[in-house]
Amino acid sequence: MTGYTATVTVRLKHGVLDPEAETTARALERLGFELEDLRSADRFEIDLDAADADAARERAGEMADRLLANPTIHDYEVAVEARE
Amino acid sequence: MTVSVIQFGGSNCDRDAVAALTHLGVDAERVWHEDGLPADTDGVVIPGGFSYGDYLRAGAMAARTPIVAEVREAAEAGTPVLGVCNGAQIGCESGLTEGAFTTNRSARFQCEHVHLRVERADTPWTAAYDEGAVIEVPIAHGEGRFEIRADRLETLEAENRVLFRYCDADGNVTDAANPNGSTANVAGVLGARDSVAVMMPHPERATLPDVGGTDGQGVLRAFAE
Repeated sequence: MTGYTATVTVRLKHGVLDPEAETTARALERLGFELEDLRSADRFEIDLDAADADAARERAGEMADRLLANPTIHDYEVAVEARE
Repeated sequence: MTVSVIQFGGSNCDRDAVAALTHLGVDAERVWHEDGLPADTDGVVIPGGFSYGDYLRAGAMAARTPIVAEVREAAEAGTPVLGVCNGAQIGCESGLTEGAFTTNRSARFQCEHVHLRVERADTPWTAAYDEGAVIEVPIAHGEGRFEIRADRLETLEAENRVLFRYCDADGNVTDAANPNGSTANVAGVLGARDSVAVMMPHPERATLPDVGGTDGQGVLRAFAE
């Protein structure tokens, strides 16, 4: 078994309204920043032990499917790195 | 009929639901989620509140508790189940109903009275109303915007499973009458069976005459049958 960190990034699907991101963008503009657009995402870093990177990725993907993401509004991606 | 009103840490409309049901002569009791669903449960209310502090997404944690698995089994067996506000979020998160309730278009918590158009009168939840009737009930939520995949909305509407839509006082379903940006002004939907329903507005807060308005009584009368 090897130690891995699986990073799950959960984003709203393209086209789903994101009022929090819009509010954040407006607040940045009030501070004088220039920007075109702003998207927010949730990132989960999960330390786990697995036989190999594929097994770690699969388990993290299952976590996203069953809890971390809501398939009605979210897409997600998983990245896996060996832990030191 | 004994209605179990499920209480999670952070539920805050459980007592209101029991009071409203009791007012209508329905036997109702609060059930702590860790104690499981009582064997004599003939109906279930998942009440409003902020279960698990709305961590991750409103309703996400509560939807994955063992008692909600029991509620799903009971719902499949025909037991009437009503999810209100946080209970509606839990209903969608658990797959009892389709779609999701997410951040209001305003990005604010909104606490106000709204009008709803009764889309169907042939369900237990709406038998007390006429189809097309307009009722006034309160909302109190920050994450009440109904979202659903476009193809699933088509199916939902084709199967006539939209129960309530936000409308103006005359029953017109308009964008101006949509308090939170919900897709197609949807305020409440039915599950796979007509005996399962979720809605963001609070019928239990429009049941006792002393607290302003009784238009919500009809929804809870489903449990009085």
